Amino acid sequence: MKEYFQKLFIMRKHNFQVALKQARKMKMCYLFLLPFALIFFTFTILPVFTSIFLSFTYYNVLEPPRFTGLTNYFSLLLDDEIFIKAVKNTFVLAIITGPVGYIMSFLFAWLINELPRWIRTIAVIVFYAPSLAGNVVFIFAILFRGDVYGYVNQWLIELGIIDTPILWLINPQYMLPVCMGVILWSSLGTGFLSFVAGLQGVDPSLHEAGYVDGIKNRWQELYYITLPSMRPMLMFGAVMSITTSFGVHDITAALCGNPSTDYAAHTIVTHLIDYGSTRYEMGYASAVATLLFLVMILCNKFVQSLLRRLGT
Amino acid sequence: MSKKEKVKKVKVYKKKPKFLRRRKPNRSRGGDFFLSIFLTLMALIMVAPLVFAISSSLKPLDELFIFPPKFFAKNPSMDNFSDLFVTMGKSWVTFPRYVFNTVFLTFVGTLGHIIVASMAAFVLAKYDFPGGKGFFRLVTVALMFNGYVTAIPNYVIMNKLGMIDTYWAIIIPAFGAPLGLFLMKQFMEGLPGALIEAAKIDGAKEWGIFLHIVMPNVKPAWLTVIIFTVQALWNNGATTVIYSEEKKTLSFALRQITSGNAIARTGQAYAVSIVLMIVPIFIFILSQSQILETMASSGLKD
Repeated sequence: MKEYFQKLFIMRKHNFQVALKQARKMKMCYLFLLPFALIFFTFTILPVFTSIFLSFTYYNVLEPPRFTGLTNYFSLLLDDEIFIKAVKNTFVLAIITGPVGYIMSFLFAWLINELPRWIRTIAVIVFYAPSLAGNVVFIFAILFRGDVYGYVNQWLIELGIIDTPILWLINPQYMLPVCMGVILWSSLGTGFLSFVAGLQGVDPSLHEAGYVDGIKNRWQELYYITLPSMRPMLMFGAVMSITTSFGVHDITAALCGNPSTDYAAHTIVTHLIDYGSTRYEMGYASAVATLLFLVMILCNKFVQSLLRRLGT
Repeated sequence: MSKKEKVKKVKVYKKKPKFLRRRKPNRSRGGDFFLSIFLTLMALIMVAPLVFAISSSLKPLDELFIFPPKFFAKNPSMDNFSDLFVTMGKSWVTFPRYVFNTVFLTFVGTLGHIIVASMAAFVLAKYDFPGGKGFFRLVTVALMFNGYVTAIPNYVIMNKLGMIDTYWAIIIPAFGAPLGLFLMKQFMEGLPGALIEAAKIDGAKEWGIFLHIVMPNVKPAWLTVIIFTVQALWNNGATTVIYSEEKKTLSFALRQITSGNAIARTGQAYAVSIVLMIVPIFIFILSQSQILETMASSGLKD
């Protein structure tokens, strides 16, 4: 055992020396990397660690942070009913809009891919336009207005489906479904572009080999040929869709307000903003951020292990 | 008899009009039909809210609050847009200043991001050096960071660096955005290594290779990074890190018009949303073929 560790240590030391020598030879590389790395560490990596550190403290910006141990986490998970509600809402939204939006992105990209070139160009623009037009969400607040001036209410009344207007964005019963619809509408984002581009790059000779090997229809072809060769793009798309679906806040806040009636559209990020920018309880807000971050990483690991099994 | 007929049959099949010929042997025509109907329907749903926003922005005041509400404008007019400019003219920070702020932020932020990110992407993609792979893995994890999650510590850090309430508070973090580096690096990996080897044999240094060989060859990636950065910076309301009114962005100013007096300025709110969405959409339409070329290499390999 001791010998083993000694050998391991010698090997490690050797490896390290080799790496150091190599690094000295490639000084140029580090110089190229330096500007980006500096900014990236300061504004992306450092904040994450600061956030984790602050989550164990009481911090209100004015006074220096005071260490309080796990208090923030205990009160967050045990006492804060609104946070539990926010977690529930976020998970309901994420579990539905995440996978559905992801599958939608892929499905549309796949269908678009079969079209002639110029129609494909128009289709890509049409499907991607909602995510380009970020600020336009407020028109859904007008479409779904609670009185008879709201367009959706007006149509439903005209069609005879309902006879009194529905308070879409005020009645907790309807808030989440409406939000889901709007989120799905704007969910064809970066992942979608990646899929469209990736599908164009799938080797056509693979498909031809598929005909010879007796692939009968487009669904078989999708499962056995297209999906496995799209794996890297699928991974990228998954990362993007997890990020957006757990970070949901903009749309729910724009539609239902912050705070929403009965906190029915309160999400984790809304809670974070509530404590961070309204109440200045930065320590508490950082605990929320840390938990959200953990959930996102775990979810990402889970999805990646699922995608690895694809087509086998 | 058999040979002649067979030849005839083949000819008849070939004479079918182009759209009836099957592109791929394992596609059913019924499936094609239903899927294209489905796709058209979905496209209409996707585009309807945008069309609604555009048509509403053209509605004169009496049509905005008409009962029952109408989807399309009856007498389209540009009143809302001209009203918007009148309102903008009345703010104490002049309208051109807001435009300047946004254009300045977007331009400098995007330019810097391209330079900084492509320098890093170049060495990460083309050289194998200790720490490079680990760094890139960190960047891919950082793709998941939501802006809100890091907002609080970011404010604290910027405060320490004295960047609060300067343009740099928006510009510098934009330089180090992980998505740009990620896309750049994946795209550069597709560049043939022989290109760089040849330059090395000719005696070019790394800097020369980067400037004269790599950069001109990754123009599609630039455009993609440009569209994502412009999109992020253009819509940046920047309310937390900038509080001087004269440094605020166009999107902040435009949103402020509608937030104070939501009902009376409904028409202007539509006009605002059109102004804000037209620029990213326009850039996207112009550069979409290059963007797709870049996104083809966006895959996340494990």
